[in-house]
Amino acid sequence: MDFQVAFQIQNVNAFYGQKQVLKDINLNILDKSVTALMGPSGCGKSTLIRCLNRMNDLVPNFRMNGQIMYRNTDLYSKEIDVTDLRREIGMVFQKPNPFPKSIYENIAYGLKIHGVNNRNYLDEMVEASLKNAALWDEVKDRLNDSAFSLSGGQQQRLCIARALAVKPHVILFDEPCSALDPIATAKIEELMTELKKYYALVIVTHNTAQAARISDYTAFLLLGDIIEFGSTEKLFTVPHDNRTEAYLTGKFG
Amino acid sequence: MNKIISNKRINKIFNAVGLGSTLFGLLILSILLFDVISDGWRRLGFDFLTSYPSRKPEQAGILSAWVGTVWIMITTALLSIPLGISSGIYLEEYAPKNRFTDFIEINIANLAGVPSVIYGILGLGLFVRGMHLGRSILAGGLTLGLLILPMIILTTREALRAIPSSIREASYALGATRWQTVRYQILPAAIENILTGIILAMSRAIGETAPLVTLGALTYIPFLPTNPVSFSKTIPFAHFSLQGFFDPFTVLPIQIFNWVSRPQKAFLVDAAAGIIVLLIITLLMNGLAVVLRQHHQKRW
Repeated sequence: MDFQVAFQIQNVNAFYGQKQVLKDINLNILDKSVTALMGPSGCGKSTLIRCLNRMNDLVPNFRMNGQIMYRNTDLYSKEIDVTDLRREIGMVFQKPNPFPKSIYENIAYGLKIHGVNNRNYLDEMVEASLKNAALWDEVKDRLNDSAFSLSGGQQQRLCIARALAVKPHVILFDEPCSALDPIATAKIEELMTELKKYYALVIVTHNTAQAARISDYTAFLLLGDIIEFGSTEKLFTVPHDNRTEAYLTGKFG
Repeated sequence: MNKIISNKRINKIFNAVGLGSTLFGLLILSILLFDVISDGWRRLGFDFLTSYPSRKPEQAGILSAWVGTVWIMITTALLSIPLGISSGIYLEEYAPKNRFTDFIEINIANLAGVPSVIYGILGLGLFVRGMHLGRSILAGGLTLGLLILPMIILTTREALRAIPSSIREASYALGATRWQTVRYQILPAAIENILTGIILAMSRAIGETAPLVTLGALTYIPFLPTNPVSFSKTIPFAHFSLQGFFDPFTVLPIQIFNWVSRPQKAFLVDAAAGIIVLLIITLLMNGLAVVLRQHHQKRW
């Protein structure tokens, strides 16, 4: 089956303890495209992206209501196995977080925990994932070195390769470039443009220029509300809301 | 201007006071060490390690004492390590954070501070009398196991807490279960710190005298616990026995205590030699802990 819409987010409210961080969010995220969640710090964009693979389940005091449909199944229904779900919906984090293991083991781990033990297949998948993450040429001679021997940008591409290895349908990026220099950032962005041909990508960023460069759709969030959502081109050229315009022109945030 | 000069003076004074305090501790320690070694080194030797205690100080040895210590330590480890690590993992990685787990946490921290003689009384009531284990190695080992259990739980939790949460998130985001995350990411990263804590707890247990005396450990044992493995020339050649766990025992600190309280001067020499052996064991264990800790720091 081919799905046009990856996520349908309907009337989602989210709370940490008593504090409401998302207010009545409605949003459709399309497959094979990049959707940017943009806004200043504390606007709820990271909370929203972490609802999509249920990483917030790990946070004590977190509550959510409303509905998130992923490919026509309710993400938060009781029948969903959250480990299967996270396998389909990969995630790349703000700070590169490779495991304290070799480059090879970092990629192979995701496959091993899902029961893959065939050495040849593992080798193939490690190579394919590293190639897809544009890292293979830089590391092919030192797959058994520690992942910490890589530079920050390389570590982040390793994390992307690690996510790709388990064959997800969606990859969530939570400010993936905020700890990287401009050259490493450019490489990650180039990679994302390539990956969107096959995956639904969602990226959280506070950087308007980055949203403009790589996304097809942009949602602008402020204090837990979606102020504006639309195609990136339209949102950046003719913003409807003057708060969006103010943010884009750097008047606040 | 005067203010700055007086601040500098205070700094210098503290520097001198700090150095003095440090040297004072070291000085006392080296006097003690020198005293013990000069008294005891003459008695040290192969005979000392392979002889039973005796009425004659020049023939007395620590064979039953160090073998008893080894047995007790093994029993202690068998109880406290699996229980302590599992409890630590459960409390840190699995347990929900609520009032009940808070209550458990506080009490474990309190248990780690309970005087050891109280564990001896507990062991006497529960293991020796309640469970009819008698004054056996099992009763002693279980008592010391309970004594260091809270320490092992606490050090396991600390070691797990030191692993950045980004590692957990990375594993969960790939679809790993909680157990897979603990087993393949958290534990391997934390194991050296856990081992360090365990060794330090064990090296404390090795010197414990009070709980074992309370328990009624004997001071004169002219035999060894039953060998767990014995061999014969007929089938099945090897025989296994758990009888040793139910045998009476003594340990190094009790043997030392016994010698110190004897009126004859010559027994003091035996006591000093015993102390040297105990010190060497503890220092070796602490050294191992230091090596593990440094290895750990290098990797992160």
